[in-house]
Amino acid sequence: MTSVAFTPNLARHVDAPAARVSGVTLQAALDEYFAANPRVRSYVLDDQGAVRKHVAIFVNDELIRDRVSLSDPLGADDEVFVAQALSGG
Amino acid sequence: MSNRLLVGTRKGLFRFDRDERGRWRVARTWFVGDAISIVLSEPGGLRIHAAQGLGHFGVKMQRTVDGGETWSEQAAPAYPPKPDGLEDKEPYRGTDIPWSTQLIWALAAGGPGELWCGTIPGGLFRSVDGGDSWALVSALWDDPRRQQWMGGGFDFPGVHSICVDPGDPAHVTIAVSCGGVWTTRDRGESWTLIGAGQRNDYMPPERARDPLVQDPHRVIHCPIRPERMWMQHHNGLFVSDDAGENWRELDASAFTRFGFAVAVHPTDPDTAWFVPAAKDEQRVAVDARVVVTRTRDGGESFELLTAGLPQEHAYDLVYRHALDIDDTGERLAFGSTTGSLWISEDGGDHWQTLSTHLPPVSSVGFQRD
Repeated sequence: MTSVAFTPNLARHVDAPAARVSGVTLQAALDEYFAANPRVRSYVLDDQGAVRKHVAIFVNDELIRDRVSLSDPLGADDEVFVAQALSGG
Repeated sequence: MSNRLLVGTRKGLFRFDRDERGRWRVARTWFVGDAISIVLSEPGGLRIHAAQGLGHFGVKMQRTVDGGETWSEQAAPAYPPKPDGLEDKEPYRGTDIPWSTQLIWALAAGGPGELWCGTIPGGLFRSVDGGDSWALVSALWDDPRRQQWMGGGFDFPGVHSICVDPGDPAHVTIAVSCGGVWTTRDRGESWTLIGAGQRNDYMPPERARDPLVQDPHRVIHCPIRPERMWMQHHNGLFVSDDAGENWRELDASAFTRFGFAVAVHPTDPDTAWFVPAAKDEQRVAVDARVVVTRTRDGGESFELLTAGLPQEHAYDLVYRHALDIDDTGERLAFGSTTGSLWISEDGGDHWQTLSTHLPPVSSVGFQRD
């Protein structure tokens, strides 16, 4: 199982609880998360499903490579963290 | 006569209320810290829509149905999946048009339950359920001429003006920066590019009168005679008497050339107000004086209204949605990018300062009774 957690800055706008999901790619993991938490999706992804310009996603403390189709692979016990970029305020 | 004023800013939404002694004070604050790009108060005053542009987390739509006591997030207009391989570039800059809402720039009420929403990068959206959901108006978005629309002050083009014919809500006229004036008579199923008579001096001379490349900064109509439209254009002031088909350019002085905002009297189509700015790279108040211009004769002549407005070292710029008039035509209010807010209760003859410390003001609107 992969753990998914979000910047606390999101809490002012939308409830985004940490969760454990399955999925062997970031896309699959986030799809599962958004299925349970549908409002969170538009805060993280744009209309085309890419990561928003001023949002950053880390897997085990490393920035993901594919911000467009979220193809980064995930292993068991990986940790996904969705952060607010320092830009864009 | 409205005693409530909704002010959308870079850092929140504020409501100013008029008390029985005639003083306007901040009565409510909402969404402090979040950018509010546009606000729509529907008739009756209970249903208000406020569009947010969250710096990191995208555009959102907030709605209240109880006059602002409670708000809830509704669906925001979202673009459909971009077809694989489709080339869609902003022609001036050559950059890819993002098929994702960058800014909610215009909101208008149509028929019962119907809302229209204009966005950057150029999509027009329609709701038939009061804002519960939105659909892209594909006939306009898919028109090949849309790919000639250019960004102006923003990197991508956008729909900022939406005029719904009060007598026929199927007839809607929009204005695009920079893509001219378009109209539909079948609720958006088909569109016609109109707007003959506009003129620009930012394109090569042979395209100066091409309706497709015009930059109408703001287009409004008179509610009781909607075929009378007023336009603040990038290159001057224009007026139409045939619902935007043809436009007549008005004589320009330094105070009647450049700007963004325009308001028209609700029952006198010949009376309109503008807030000029220095053309066009400077974009500050002309001569560092905050001035409102008013015509009462259909644009033949203008008077400068200055009583109560700062007349030296004022650099306020007033955006296109930051001037409004109430249903009586007596009360006008406008706000600036330097956080000033003014109101007049006598058609612009005298102004009082409501604040000089707001965040940059994006929209000003009287809460409808």
